[in-house]
Amino acid sequence: MINNKFFGRRRAEPPRPIPPGQYLEDGFPVLSAGPTPRVDTATWEFSIEIGGESVGKWSWEDMNALPQTALHTDIHCVTKWSKLDTDWRGVTIDALLEDAGVTAPTGFVMATCDGGYTTNVPTADIVDGKGMLVHTYDGEPLAPEHGGPIRLLIPHLYLWKSAKWIRGLKFMENDEPGFWERYGYHMYGDPWREQRYTGD
Amino acid sequence: MAAESKEPGAAWHIATVASVHDETPRVKLFRLNLPESLLKRGFHAGQYFDVRLTAPDGYQAQRSYSITSSPDQPNLIELAIELIADGEVSSYFHEAVEVGDRIEIRGPIGGHFTWLPLSTKPVLHIAGGSGIAPIMSMLRHRTSSESRARALLIFSARTEADILFHDELDQMAKSDPNFNHIIALTRGAPQIWNGEDRRIDRPMIDAAISTLVGSEELPDRAYVCGGSDFVESMGNYLLDSGMSHSDVRTERFGP
Repeated sequence: MINNKFFGRRRAEPPRPIPPGQYLEDGFPVLSAGPTPRVDTATWEFSIEIGGESVGKWSWEDMNALPQTALHTDIHCVTKWSKLDTDWRGVTIDALLEDAGVTAPTGFVMATCDGGYTTNVPTADIVDGKGMLVHTYDGEPLAPEHGGPIRLLIPHLYLWKSAKWIRGLKFMENDEPGFWERYGYHMYGDPWREQRYTGD
Repeated sequence: MAAESKEPGAAWHIATVASVHDETPRVKLFRLNLPESLLKRGFHAGQYFDVRLTAPDGYQAQRSYSITSSPDQPNLIELAIELIADGEVSSYFHEAVEVGDRIEIRGPIGGHFTWLPLSTKPVLHIAGGSGIAPIMSMLRHRTSSESRARALLIFSARTEADILFHDELDQMAKSDPNFNHIIALTRGAPQIWNGEDRRIDRPMIDAAISTLVGSEELPDRAYVCGGSDFVESMGNYLLDSGMSHSDVRTERFGP
């Protein structure tokens, strides 16, 4: 439907296409369902479970001793903003699985977090370099409100899949909805197909 | 709950502007009549709608706006739209939208930042500026459903002229013994002013909690809505005061 008096205040043409319905944002907005949880890296632990069985646990020191990977990417939030050319550093999910001595099972994974947040993604979307845990943004330690000390980053999906304050990954055979997915957000969340909500 | 809804809002619908009201120098209230296709769905206090504008050449812009009206008026939604510098959608609403115009919307969306009148537990609301929007829907629903649950609102605004829903909130507090409100003006209060004249801080929150549930207790739930930095500070104060993470629900507006 055309709004005849609407012309938009188009900002400079993006240097490359951004997903439909998104606008370019220079800042880094914060969206969380609750307050920023207090995370103590002295007692912090990250765990991976496959089919309900623990296959690996890492302390903060363990995490930092794993091979570190840099990533330059664009990010897209379901609340309509996209941010280009962001720089991250952290540990790929591949490196974690290798350190645990396991191969990624087929199926799905649920990310679990401090504060109780969860989100679901297909396993295929976090392996082969597609997903990582990031602790550094733009050369600085990741700020607590942005998910610090460490968050998941899956830049090819809407940002709610990149769970803040991550504490674990639970691999499972069947897909299950996480926190926002239970409230009607899309199970997969591909920004290029504008999969914001159930039915998109 | 919308949580169980199979179709949270995938389809776009056309609403009609029923009224436009200058609420403050920077905020206008728009009432939209919902189309038949959305009437059955209803909404919960605290939810929002997406709005999509399309230019004649096909260029589109989308934004999300919280509903300020009460769910017991299911045929309309009221949106409070603040004029944002360089905001292409807010400036269109402020400068061009008139009664009778048609607007594409989809929703309701969101389900975590919601309040249901079945709840009898004491609630603390903290709003900054236009962050009052979803909380206003909760308070209006509280009034219309004759809820006796205790509630207290701490509401921060720049100046007296910027206080959204000022008269209505005063009226609510006057007629409802279970509802109190504290308005905190951050950029100067008038000479005669029975609210606060500073930013919301930890002592103000502790005093409010004491008024709401006594000094030995904590509210069962807090809803915090406003700009990102505001919500970050308020969330930290509430955790410092002893509230548990899961009892504090937040919604953040804008960058």
